[in-house]
Amino acid sequence: MSIEELVDGVLAGRRRHLAKLIALIENEDPAAAEALSLLYRHTGRAHIVGITGPPGSGKSTIVTRMTSEYRKRGRTVGIVAVDPSSPFTGGALLGDRIRMQEHSLDDGVFVRSMGTRGHLGGIARATSDVVRAIDASGKDIIIVETVGAGQSEVEIIDIAHTVVVTDVPGSGDDIQAIKAGIMEIADIFVVNKKDLPGADKKAAEINTMLDLDQNMGQWRPPVLLTNGRTGEGIPELVDKIDEHMVYLRESGALEEKGLQRSRDELHQIMEYRLTQELLSRLQGRPEYEEAIRKIAKRDDDPYTVAQRLIAEFLAGFSRQV
Amino acid sequence: MSSSRKIRVLIAKPGLDGHDRGAKVVARALRDAGMEVIYTGLRQTPEMIVRAAIDESVDVIGLSILSGAHMALFPRIMELLRKEGADDILVIGGGIIPEDDVPELKKAGIAEIFGPGTPLNEIVEYIKKNVKV
Amino acid sequence: MSKKEDLAAALRQWEDGPVAKTISRFPERMKEFTTHSGIPVKRLYTPLDVADLNYSESLGFPGAYPFTRGVQPTMYRGRFWTMRQYSGFATAEETNRRFKFLLEQGQTGLSVAFDLPTQIGYDSDHPMAQGEVGKVGVAIDSLADMEVLFDSIPLDKVSTSMTINAPAAVLLAMYIAVAEKQGVPMERLRGTIQNDILKEYVARGTYIFPPKQSMRLITDIFKFCSENMPLWNTISISGYHIREAGSTAVQEVAFTLANGIAYVQAAIDAGLDVDRFASRLSFFFGSHSNFFEEIAKFRAARRLWARIMRERFGAKDDKSCRMRFHTQTAGCTLTAQQPENNVVRVTLQALQAVLGGTQSLHTNSRDEALSLPTEESVQIALRTQQIIAYETGVADTVDPLAGSYFVESLTNEIERRAMDYITKIDELGGAPTAIEKGFIQREITESAYDHQRKVDSQERIVVGVNKFTVKEEQSFDYMRVDPEAEKRQVERVRRLRSNRDQAVVDSALEALREAAKTDANLVPLILDAVRAYATLGEICGVLRDVFGEYRAPDVL
Repeated sequence: MSIEELVDGVLAGRRRHLAKLIALIENEDPAAAEALSLLYRHTGRAHIVGITGPPGSGKSTIVTRMTSEYRKRGRTVGIVAVDPSSPFTGGALLGDRIRMQEHSLDDGVFVRSMGTRGHLGGIARATSDVVRAIDASGKDIIIVETVGAGQSEVEIIDIAHTVVVTDVPGSGDDIQAIKAGIMEIADIFVVNKKDLPGADKKAAEINTMLDLDQNMGQWRPPVLLTNGRTGEGIPELVDKIDEHMVYLRESGALEEKGLQRSRDELHQIMEYRLTQELLSRLQGRPEYEEAIRKIAKRDDDPYTVAQRLIAEFLAGFSRQV
Repeated sequence: MSSSRKIRVLIAKPGLDGHDRGAKVVARALRDAGMEVIYTGLRQTPEMIVRAAIDESVDVIGLSILSGAHMALFPRIMELLRKEGADDILVIGGGIIPEDDVPELKKAGIAEIFGPGTPLNEIVEYIKKNVKV
Repeated sequence: MSKKEDLAAALRQWEDGPVAKTISRFPERMKEFTTHSGIPVKRLYTPLDVADLNYSESLGFPGAYPFTRGVQPTMYRGRFWTMRQYSGFATAEETNRRFKFLLEQGQTGLSVAFDLPTQIGYDSDHPMAQGEVGKVGVAIDSLADMEVLFDSIPLDKVSTSMTINAPAAVLLAMYIAVAEKQGVPMERLRGTIQNDILKEYVARGTYIFPPKQSMRLITDIFKFCSENMPLWNTISISGYHIREAGSTAVQEVAFTLANGIAYVQAAIDAGLDVDRFASRLSFFFGSHSNFFEEIAKFRAARRLWARIMRERFGAKDDKSCRMRFHTQTAGCTLTAQQPENNVVRVTLQALQAVLGGTQSLHTNSRDEALSLPTEESVQIALRTQQIIAYETGVADTVDPLAGSYFVESLTNEIERRAMDYITKIDELGGAPTAIEKGFIQREITESAYDHQRKVDSQERIVVGVNKFTVKEEQSFDYMRVDPEAEKRQVERVRRLRSNRDQAVVDSALEALREAAKTDANLVPLILDAVRAYATLGEICGVLRDVFGEYRAPDVL
């Protein structure tokens, strides 16, 4: 398949082409960047919703219910479910799809499972590109689901317009556990399994924490109660997500975020490319290895060496120019 | 294989058979061998399996069935894969599948059948050998 | 020094002396010996291991609380266990013939295997039924099929066990209706329906409805039978499938009894007095490879259940504490390689069940790793039971292994470990919640994976598979279900639908639908629908509409 065919297929909403592009992205195939650059101006339409929270909080059930609700409202949905890969074997059991059986044959829904792998560019970069691809294929809503336990998960979620953080009653210290970074970017809180005792208490705890937040902007994250199993509270959640997008537009935050994101993305890609370029010239060269040995023996220092290598690199460029 | 290229496998239970011990054990073994594994759960129709395989860009589909319905379901799955242009996916099967049925299944496009007593390693090695990375 | 201390000293002397000397020249085969559950197996068991055993408290007499030694005073001296071979395939005619064959060959009870569409509440012409009709059991779409299934089989003389779970109420109703036509009133019917939905969620997969609604159907059956069918076993709380899914013996006991606790609690919550229904609960276990662990397992299960019923649920009637069970030899131990070896495995496993005091027994056939059994194979399986019964003398005394230092130690240990698990499950909120959280499923998969790794590394030997292998030659013909059977059955159910009084069917289904929305007992309404020749798929379809369908959580 040529890049043109691939791009045309994605734009036409064909699943096979979209899946193939995602595979290229995940495998860090250079064709992926080519295709994405051709698709880029067709992106930016979808509302990206990130959903994260501790295991057992029912995220997948909520995502399934949200998807049903969106479909009822006539919108198409893409779902990217990110699961941790084993740091030892590199393998992963991607267990979110199995919880979304209801939508398995709905043409308006596309589900993709991703492991965190050893992405050279970082998992957030890869997820962002996958979301772009789905965006280009015309989905109205793209839900990104992660476990939300660490820094990289925060980065993944940060690509979303609206971040939903889930929790369950009786989880005790879990709110503290997922605090690092997630709380700062949460736009909506969901206390799921509201039929369990302590649901209201948990909601109150979150509200108290929000009361104490000095840095809150104009949007105060609402705290919603849901029952993923029965579907209670889900239409309200979808309403709130829509409301958030309205807020983002009207307050100018959307534009601001867009600028910041484009800046970040450009930086990330340039940084990645530059590093790749520099390293590809250096790696394996005897002078390079020798320089490293000298640093290790303390006959030289990494700061000086770096300065020199970069200066040579830049000089090489200006010579070519 | 670079660290960003992983073999992706769909483990599926077609039909009504509810015995998932084998499927789950194989899924774990493949994960431990560094692959990304998506387990479909029970009661999958051929349509659901093919849809999942395509959307998830899997390299391999592993079909597990113990109910004797494999002759009806496996060829149908292969047919759908061909129709969708996805017949480059490696399809293997396991469970209770009599020796006598294997030639016909292979003719339909199933690459290999792994019967009861197959060591997990054999399945892992077969996949590693036969998936083009 | 006391006798105990004397013995302890002598034992130490023996270990430090002759044992140490022997080991230095002939090391033992393994560094550690354990049962499949991981219980350490010592070199030698002595009175020291059972020093604290109080006979009356821990063992007692057969037929008396805590039933460790058996559920009846005379056990097999009075009557052998029921020889009950699970069978069914293709359509009702073929299965009826197999039933008659087995009864002629000396089987003493019937056990019906239904095909997957039937077990999952689909008629044979449902799209999901394609390729599945009649494959793992008999296809039953309506009362008409049931009538053929039991043709010329007197239901007042024969007891029937039906392995049916989600649609158990429907098959029970069909059985009652067939008996009616034979002139046998339901209060004379003997038999069992498996009716154990919790293990379906966990290990077997033929569920239909969500847990709450399934429990409602189960307690409806308990109530109905407590009033109308005093000889009927309303449930067969099963560990067999949990074991087949990969659990250890300890887990088999723990998870089965935890499920049992959930059912008893549900019935109590539904307003039933424990002594009104508990005596008709029955159980179903597997008989696996480790000889003494399995025997001890059966005894431990009986004692533990008795204690739970008395101490936790306050059952006053001893019969409520009495665990009666069926056993099947473990299917997962059968090998496709050198299938004749399976006859040996099954013999040992059957013997275990008898020494463990089972009430009824199914022995697997040698070819069942590959297919359903041929007539010849199932005959050997039946003969296995008959040889044990008539030739070995093991049935001539009750609980012969009692008092064995080893067996009593193992019994205690299994009970203790199982109870630990039950406590853990209680802390999680009970079996249904533990299932929702995936706890039980993950434990089972963990054990299954562990087993497979041990086999692959040869830490655990399976003869013919990872040791003593041969180049396999298939030497016998195994059974094939007639491929035309599905076509015949599809035609038959379609014909039935066009030949009955549709108005009666419709009104019965409508009445069922309305009742399902309330908490009325659904069994009488299902009976009405069944008598009107509503199909299984139609009845379950109504319930699917009202109850919804179960969605399994991911538990990998």
